[in-house]
Amino acid sequence: MFTLTGRTALVTGASGGIGSAIAKALSEAGAKVVLSGTREGVLNEVAATLPGESAVVTCNLSDPEAVDGLAAKAEEVVGPLDILVANAGITRDKLLMQMKDDDWNDVININLGSYYRLTKSVVRGMMKRRHGRIIGITSVVGVTGNPGQTNYCASKAGMIGFTKSLAQEVASRGITANAIAPGFIESPMTDVLPEAQKSSLLGRIPAGRLGQGGDIAAAAVYLASDEAAYVTGQTLHVNGGMAMI
Amino acid sequence: MSDVLERVKKIVVDNLDVEGDKVVESASFIDDLGADSLDLVELVMAFEEEFNIEIPDDVQESIRTVGDAVTHIKAHI
Repeated sequence: MFTLTGRTALVTGASGGIGSAIAKALSEAGAKVVLSGTREGVLNEVAATLPGESAVVTCNLSDPEAVDGLAAKAEEVVGPLDILVANAGITRDKLLMQMKDDDWNDVININLGSYYRLTKSVVRGMMKRRHGRIIGITSVVGVTGNPGQTNYCASKAGMIGFTKSLAQEVASRGITANAIAPGFIESPMTDVLPEAQKSSLLGRIPAGRLGQGGDIAAAAVYLASDEAAYVTGQTLHVNGGMAMI
Repeated sequence: MSDVLERVKKIVVDNLDVEGDKVVESASFIDDLGADSLDLVELVMAFEEEFNIEIPDDVQESIRTVGDAVTHIKAHI
């Protein structure tokens, strides 16, 4: 079950904790994977750990033209794309009253705008081939909200609405669009949290631990698989039970 | 040139799964041939490929009938 042999995938934000785990899991399942991000050195290191065929294509997602060209560049290397995992994202956390326009615009453009552009550039080919998997990595806070993250939560909630609408547009063509909403995942960002904050965080997670990149990657492999053909427009929450929605 | 209609017809028959004799120049893709908006997008994509032309978005919106498509294609190949 859940094999991706012969499939091709593009993963954005593939140098990060979740993105690299997704790239690895897709590769282990048999897919050819294109890793995208801005840090070429790290991307190459991740690519070197993958068991299957892979390639690195750097892209600055704040540049709309670069985003428009990314899928074509990826397809030059691995052929037509079957799977898009839009994972890249940034935060610019501030209370609304202190938020600058740039904080708002950067987060919306990179998290939501690039999802729109990238999806648009891959969905045409997927329609022709009558097969495709669009997977947007959103966040639990896109559904619950989080103080200090009006911009980030808006972008992540936006991804969910986008995914649902797209899912309805292309379902008849064998293309599914789903979102994965990670809860708190262990990363360099959570590693540096003070002990007290960590334990209060854990107190809110019934599973009693932070998530691992692999927890999210497993969900991505499932949604990318042929077995998930009848699952579309959904948001799969992977959060150890911290929000049951 | 004269076979543009025939080539368009074939694409329409294949894409919309309709009888060939229904695909006349006056037939509306949506009203007569049962296409939905996504079918129209796909038809345009197929025309672009078959005739190796670009059909801009604003023109796509004006292509309502088989005849519209043939006229546009003839003007651009």
